[in-house]
Amino acid sequence: MSTHTEHQAQQGREPLDVNTPGLTRFDIVREGARRDDIEIVHYEPQVQPGTKAERRLTRVVAGFFLITGLAATAFLAIYIWWPWQYEPGRGGDKFYTPLLGATLGVALLAVGFGILTWGKKLLPKEVSIQDRHEGAVDADGRTITGQTMLYMADELGVKRRPLLGISLLAGLAPVAAVVAAPLVGGLISQPHKNNQMFTTGFAPAEGGERIRLVREDGRPVRPADISSGGQLTVFPGIEHGVSNRHADSPTLLIHLRDSDAQDSRRANEKIGHGDYMWGNYAAFSKICTHAGCPASLFEQQTNRLLCPCHQSQFLITDNARPVFGPASRRLPQLPIEVDSEGFFVAKSDYTETVGPDFWERP
Amino acid sequence: MKRRKFDLAATPGKAAVGVDDRFQVATPLRRLLNKVFPDHWSFLLGEIALFSFIVLLLTGVFLTFFFEPAMTEVVYDGSYAPLQGTPMSAAYASSLDISFDVRGGLVMRQMHHWSALLFMAAIVVHMLRVFFTGAFRKPRETNWIIGSLLFWVGFLAGFTGYSLPDDGLSGTGLRIASAIMLSIPVIGSWLTSSIFGGEFPGTIIISRFFIAHVLLIPGLLVALISVHLGLVFKQKHTQWPGPGRTNGNVVGERMFPRYALKQGGFFMVVFGVIALMGGLFQINPIWLFGPYEAWVVSAASQPDWYVMFLDGSTRLMPAWEIPIPIGDGYVIPPLFWPTVVLPGILVGLSTMYPFLEARHLKDRKSHNLLQRPRDVPARTAVGAMAVSFYVVLTLSGANDVIADKFQISLNAMTWAGRIGLLVVPPLAYYITYRLCLGLQQHDREVLAHGVETGIIRRLPDGRFVEVHQPLSSANGHADGHGELEYVGWVVPKKMNRLGALGPAVRGFFYPIEKPVEAPVSPGHPPVEARPEREEIGSGESRR
Repeated sequence: MSTHTEHQAQQGREPLDVNTPGLTRFDIVREGARRDDIEIVHYEPQVQPGTKAERRLTRVVAGFFLITGLAATAFLAIYIWWPWQYEPGRGGDKFYTPLLGATLGVALLAVGFGILTWGKKLLPKEVSIQDRHEGAVDADGRTITGQTMLYMADELGVKRRPLLGISLLAGLAPVAAVVAAPLVGGLISQPHKNNQMFTTGFAPAEGGERIRLVREDGRPVRPADISSGGQLTVFPGIEHGVSNRHADSPTLLIHLRDSDAQDSRRANEKIGHGDYMWGNYAAFSKICTHAGCPASLFEQQTNRLLCPCHQSQFLITDNARPVFGPASRRLPQLPIEVDSEGFFVAKSDYTETVGPDFWERP
Repeated sequence: MKRRKFDLAATPGKAAVGVDDRFQVATPLRRLLNKVFPDHWSFLLGEIALFSFIVLLLTGVFLTFFFEPAMTEVVYDGSYAPLQGTPMSAAYASSLDISFDVRGGLVMRQMHHWSALLFMAAIVVHMLRVFFTGAFRKPRETNWIIGSLLFWVGFLAGFTGYSLPDDGLSGTGLRIASAIMLSIPVIGSWLTSSIFGGEFPGTIIISRFFIAHVLLIPGLLVALISVHLGLVFKQKHTQWPGPGRTNGNVVGERMFPRYALKQGGFFMVVFGVIALMGGLFQINPIWLFGPYEAWVVSAASQPDWYVMFLDGSTRLMPAWEIPIPIGDGYVIPPLFWPTVVLPGILVGLSTMYPFLEARHLKDRKSHNLLQRPRDVPARTAVGAMAVSFYVVLTLSGANDVIADKFQISLNAMTWAGRIGLLVVPPLAYYITYRLCLGLQQHDREVLAHGVETGIIRRLPDGRFVEVHQPLSSANGHADGHGELEYVGWVVPKKMNRLGALGPAVRGFFYPIEKPVEAPVSPGHPPVEARPEREEIGSGESRR
């Protein structure tokens, strides 16, 4: 048998009259396929009706569906009766989600496997060949459609009456802008309002009053609160200072050991920041100059501050210069001193831009 | 008058006639039922993406009933004791409520997250299949472009989605996203300020991400997926070369009933696997991260896997800042290159690849037959290069975890990534190219001399030779068998592939049927026709 020649042969074949008496249902199916240029060249039952194999497969599929029913029922029972509310220390609730997932998963997998077995093992295997009809370009069709469109253009007369086209375009252009205007106009927001990109919560209050450095709970910080080699995250002591509203303000206050403090002071003097430290204390912005993550891993031994997001490393004793990783700019230093009540205050705001870099930063 | 009897058996037929009277659907429906699909396991990868997308829609709708997309500050009073009394955003509080105070909410949330990961993974693997088999060639370039766009739109869907809970981890991701936008030259600060409604984090970003995540992006995804499937349907699926298969036909199964049944079963399996994962494997335990606070982060903060390559490229980027000394001075931050320029190049290269290849090979023909990767060494090698590039970046996205677990210096990991990014891809190209040629050669060898049998024979003169089983009969050749031509499909290389051992006997404990006679060539559809095949085996060696 040569299926291909047979296939070729039927291009010009007469369609079968499907009302012919005596046709089987498969004959009609095959005729339908042929009308769609499909030739069923191989159609073979995988199991013979009434055999042991068929009964076995039927049992397997039915078994799968039964498992589905059981698992779905179990899901419902667990959903309704299992203790689900979180209570610290009791623990029964922690099995709620796994049990739901397991029962639902088993139910769905079983119905899936049941259907797959049904389809793959019980239905006849077949090989059909369908023509793609791709190579044969419908040249007439192209000509007709092309000419129709050109005819439409002719009728519209854009060529003869150019003013129509031009005026339509000229009219539509502002309409496009009208569509864009509310979107752009509504969303756009001036980034330099109140100079917000260059100031932080440590900017002195209106009366020139210096801002205190406070802890996360709002208490001000005394020098004695941090032991030598220690560090503390501090915030501006203003309203909402300890919140995301001042996401640029978190600062790391570090109590350096004597020798490190000397190095640090010397480095400070080199860039004209001689009075930024107070005693052995130095304060650096915690917001990484690379992508804005909090650079929060301080390694006491090497005086390096590591940002856990992209591994930029800053050498604290050298003005927090970036020594490794993708950051290109040092962490700004906050000039600090101690006020008359013995609490840390910021002498002024940061003198360099805090946070990730941007085009107009310098 | 006799009362007409209601004939139940005739009802469906009558209804069908009624429908067809009104809509004339009988013939189009027949065409649909009859459509032939070629079958191969690798054609199912795209389906996994489609099915996980359906699960995403189902679980996502459930989540919207309980999620509150607002950054209003509230004090948590839900049932998770460790966070009670903590001030947090309404978004985070409602995400905690979904996890603890909505019955079955956690399993839905976790299923949603797992299916998102699966969606992206399936897209990537499907894309690799399409690439390495040349399924993107004319006439399917449009679908390749739509597919690549689906990856990036899916990427956005994922990022906006995992930012919504506003927990400590996702807030850090959002902060990095804002820094990436800031780094764009000239417009960076305006763009960031416009999107965040002021300085980071502002009070509106979660609401904006919410509408993008539940309406705009899914709408775009649905549109792209519909066109993608519509084109597959219209252009008909590609197929592997094989007996009876030509560039002008499709050899496979009609869509109904067997193919559709298998698809339905497969959907249920994918759904079931996602349900198991959602229940059994914890993902994104937001209650452990706490609310987002700008000053808190922990080590090993990694994004979802499909974002990790960008995290990796950011980590590997040297600190090259470009100052522009005009006026007050401007600057292009180093963050700009790995996070804005690199993805831009990747989008451009990947979407344009079909055209670049066609132009390079001066190939204007339509191709409906797939190529085995080994038959097109240059493309396969380019693909391997791209994959290795991606893998180096992804691993670098987790280089702190690797450094920690394997006790390697963190800086050494970064340097390994920097050097690896330049060295590994060319190496991958070379090795893959050689592998392809080697495989090609072995195929030709088997076709010429036959399959290795493992039988060693001693000749009368004392030499030892291995007996080969020829694949064809003599045909007048001197050495006893003819040389077969390579047709672009699997060459049997083991005796049992030739049927010498016969197929496995079925039945778990005892055979359930009489073992069938060994077929000549198992795995191949038993179609004897061997018509002319114009496109088969368009390997480069013969171009």
